[in-house]
Amino acid sequence: MTVASVGVGGGVITRETTLRIRRFREMGLAYLLLLPALLAFGVFTFYPFLRNFKLMLYETPPVPGLPAHYVGLHQIVPTLTSTPFTQSLVTTLIFVVLVVPLSLILGLALAVAAHRKLKGIAIYRMIFSSTVVSSVAVASVVFGTLLNPVVGLLPWLGINPSPSALENTTWALPAVAVITIWQFLGLSFIIMSAGLQSVPDELLEAAQIDGAGAWTRFWRMTVPLLSPTIYFALVVSTIYAFQSFGAVDILIGYQNAANLHANVLIYQIVNTLQMENNPGAAAIMATVLFLITLGLTLLQMRFLERRVHYAN
Amino acid sequence: MAQVSFAGVTKRFGDSVAVDGLTLEIPDGELLVLLGSSGCGKTTALRLVAGLEEVSEGTISIGDRVVNEIDPKDRDVAMVFQSYALYPHLSVARNIEFPLRQRGMAKEERAAKVREAAVTLGLDALLDRKPSQLSGGQRQRVALARAIVRDPQVFLMDEPLSNLDAALRVQTRADIVALQARLSTTTLYVTHDQVEAMTMGDRIAVMSHGVLQQVAAPEDLYERPASTFVAGFLGSPGMNLLPGKIVRGVDDGLTVEVAGGSVPLPPPLRTAGAGAGEVVLGLRPESLRIDPSGPLRADVTIVELLGAETHVIGTTPDGSRLIVRQPPQAAKPAPGDQIRIAIHPDPAALHLFDAVSTQRLAGP
Repeated sequence: MTVASVGVGGGVITRETTLRIRRFREMGLAYLLLLPALLAFGVFTFYPFLRNFKLMLYETPPVPGLPAHYVGLHQIVPTLTSTPFTQSLVTTLIFVVLVVPLSLILGLALAVAAHRKLKGIAIYRMIFSSTVVSSVAVASVVFGTLLNPVVGLLPWLGINPSPSALENTTWALPAVAVITIWQFLGLSFIIMSAGLQSVPDELLEAAQIDGAGAWTRFWRMTVPLLSPTIYFALVVSTIYAFQSFGAVDILIGYQNAANLHANVLIYQIVNTLQMENNPGAAAIMATVLFLITLGLTLLQMRFLERRVHYAN
Repeated sequence: MAQVSFAGVTKRFGDSVAVDGLTLEIPDGELLVLLGSSGCGKTTALRLVAGLEEVSEGTISIGDRVVNEIDPKDRDVAMVFQSYALYPHLSVARNIEFPLRQRGMAKEERAAKVREAAVTLGLDALLDRKPSQLSGGQRQRVALARAIVRDPQVFLMDEPLSNLDAALRVQTRADIVALQARLSTTTLYVTHDQVEAMTMGDRIAVMSHGVLQQVAAPEDLYERPASTFVAGFLGSPGMNLLPGKIVRGVDDGLTVEVAGGSVPLPPPLRTAGAGAGEVVLGLRPESLRIDPSGPLRADVTIVELLGAETHVIGTTPDGSRLIVRQPPQAAKPAPGDQIRIAIHPDPAALHLFDAVSTQRLAGP
């Protein structure tokens, strides 16, 4: 009514202004609510992330107490070609190859086994996924005890390599891989189980009536339909594998890691920073790890876009 | 091709009985519709034939072979699912080909069969597409093609039309009937839709709570329902069922006394009604018309205009619902009106059921 008496133009302006004020207020509220998250991310993620790029440009002298000085891009090539770095990169790749396929295959196998509608299957599901909530430290200590040459499980079984598994050039990295696989298994199982839920029973039943045996159904139906899930699990566990170092730290330790070919990338970064007090080199290595992770993530996103075709 | 027989088949899931002592013969080449509301056991019966569920008791045979212990893949049946269950990662051609591939058929033969099935169902232009690129009707046809390509002994169809829109459903209904007639493959067709059942089935088996209520040709089922359940279930709207009792009147005639009036029994029904006391009188809505001199009385509650016809819904003095189907040009009463209702003079318009057993008391 007021609008009509004031005139169309005046009315519109009034309404637009009200709308603008309201939108402004809503935006203010939105940012206010986002503030805690932004602060946390800013302090612990964004700032360190940007600071890392600055660190790459400075060299810290080996003698403590002297100030770092600007070297620009000059320390990048020496760092990337240094033996400790290339060695740890190779070690990490071997580690990833050991850990990822096995944890995915085992996770899928357990998920398929637990997918059946049987009595008490929930207990198994809980057991299989429980490794997600166990800490690296506890798992490593327990595992280290099992491998202990005096009181462990291996000697009890009559297997007692000398030097012991965790002090052995051949077995140190595989041993760390085994405990990491065990740790990943829970996550892999959960992801695969979730994926299996989305494969309609009717498809498998149709395949069964169409003459497909259990093995064919698994390879021709379950695996292709699960492929986005498998790919997701692959990328996530690869990223995790690149970033894992807790087990190496607890089971092998700084002194032995390099000698035993168990010096994974993150561990190398941490040690370059803490033991060698060389933040610049550590920052460069961290950037390499970041780029690897970024590449994997982009691959994953491209694949997710393609998987839309699968939706029925 | 083969006949399918259920002999005393029971299926239990834990404590609940999904199919209860089902005995049913489906002769070679017949299209039998399993009809019932959801949860009546019709889909379970179908899945038992497919081998997707295990029989708890009794035997199922396909041809001369008892199939209870035979794996689904060796039963030589093809199934069309409600959701179509097309393999989303395979093209239309690969979907149709899948059952042939599993049987180890040679490549050239497979290609020829796929082409033939695709042509039959008008899919030849879509063979390279993925199921997600097809419309609902096209997906449905792919599912049918995948079923016919194998030339199985039995087709099992689980509500294959329920995901289609109304117009397409009518069309596909006719197509499936024609296809089945041409292939003359024994077919079990599950639906909750009585129009589908009436239009498609050579015979219809009505199920309720896991129990087979009646199996008969569509017209028999409609004209001579075996129980009040079948009477009320079939027809849209279903048969009016009025509780009453048989009374011997003057000159020895029998009448059914129901709330709101008394209906004399025509000679063909007298024998059936003679021994009975408490009965249920069944009257199809189309056998009734509004007539001031009619024997029944009701209060109009709702008048539904459907275009081609009008449903006048009323209540009798004892609260029973009574529906009269009126032609569109007839005068329409208003809610609240009291009307009298006449019954078609044909003796077949009256159905008598025992009030206790709810079974039909013979009749024409």
